[in-house]
Amino acid sequence: MGPFEYFEPLSVKEAVSLLNKYGNKAKVLAGGTDLVSLLKDKTLSPEYVISIGKLTDLDYIKSDGKKGLRIGAMTTIRSIETSKHLKPINCVILCQAASQMASMSIRNVGTLAGNLCNASPSADMAPALLVLGASVKLVSASGERTLTLDEFFVGPGSTAIKPNELLTEIQIPVPPPHTGGSYIKYVTRGGEELALIGVAALLTIGADGVCSAARIALGAVAPTPVRATKTEKLLTGKKIDDTLVKKAAQTASDEASPIDDIRGSAEYRREMLKVFTRDAIKQAAEMAKSAA
Amino acid sequence: MKHTLALKVNGQDYEVSIDPWRTLAWVLREEVGMTGVKMACDTGNCGSCTVLIDGKAVKSCIMLALQAAGKEVTTIEGLATAKGLHPLQQAFIDHFAVQCGFCTPGMILKAKAILDENPNPTEEEIREGLSGNLCRCTGYVKIVEAIMVARDQMKAAKTGKK
Repeated sequence: MGPFEYFEPLSVKEAVSLLNKYGNKAKVLAGGTDLVSLLKDKTLSPEYVISIGKLTDLDYIKSDGKKGLRIGAMTTIRSIETSKHLKPINCVILCQAASQMASMSIRNVGTLAGNLCNASPSADMAPALLVLGASVKLVSASGERTLTLDEFFVGPGSTAIKPNELLTEIQIPVPPPHTGGSYIKYVTRGGEELALIGVAALLTIGADGVCSAARIALGAVAPTPVRATKTEKLLTGKKIDDTLVKKAAQTASDEASPIDDIRGSAEYRREMLKVFTRDAIKQAAEMAKSAA
Repeated sequence: MKHTLALKVNGQDYEVSIDPWRTLAWVLREEVGMTGVKMACDTGNCGSCTVLIDGKAVKSCIMLALQAAGKEVTTIEGLATAKGLHPLQQAFIDHFAVQCGFCTPGMILKAKAILDENPNPTEEEIREGLSGNLCRCTGYVKIVEAIMVARDQMKAAKTGKK
């Protein structure tokens, strides 16, 4: 690993000024559980590593009515997993996704922001954040902008973040009442395995049993984590029953674009995607019924 | 350019001069001399390099040493006291939870992190917590048993009854 020069800025301002100067040749280090691995096997060889580990004021989970839920860039996956603030605002899907990622030792260090910036197609937090309609705040020396997650992911390992920008915050609108969400990660071996398939479903279901809003997102079955928009359309405005769920599962399978890789064939993923889309929708519907 | 790193290991202060790309596992072994920190896969998968940072289990082979600046690191060398072995260490011996022994430091430190966070975990919670620490001798049954025994002993010691 290395050589590289190492910086530890003490403020966001200092961090983005370093990125402005060295951005093209730099990588940002938050928890490092992905980055250090990539530096070690020489997948990445930046000349500069800019650690934001000293920016402890970016370690927060805040929620308020107007701005919704906000999670700072230094917040670990473990903090999200164990947060008590998320269930009352119908965001427990985030805890659920966090608890399925890697192992405790990785979750203690790895950050939500890092998981997104690493942009793995199988990133466990991405489907859950996509169905919640999350955005990311990107700060540079010349200002800031906000991108939705759909806009953020560009390809495997690739995002819309510019070399001079720092992701400082993940913003999540609080879901409406009677919303339930579920993330299912399918692995064959368990342990720290990457997802073979990830499915997130977020449904809002009224007292009449009609689904007024549906969001479905898929992991590990496309070049990036993606929304399954045709499946969402199919579910919206209808009563969730077994026939509809079966149709939705087929639609999700049809609109995915999986590949063959070491963990499974495209054909296998397509088949199993039906199973887990069905299960995720059913679980989300169940949770929507009991949600405040 | 070398960086000066100040960190506390097992209650003692250390100051070392290192290249920024050195991992915490490497620095703990080569600069601080804590060879109880094992490096096996060296890719963040096996957990033999597990140490505690401010009480939390981490994989020290996929962490830069500089990330631990100013923090308190605990390695297996820091568990025993003048009074004797830590209950987890004793339980691992008593219940034959050690075969080749290479994963043992990481297993015991991970077990400590599990019990410090939740003094009364179920067997399933212990198994889930150990996920990410691999025993290539596949001696998991004895490891889990030893942790359950230590759990009960530590609980009893805390409440004063034995």
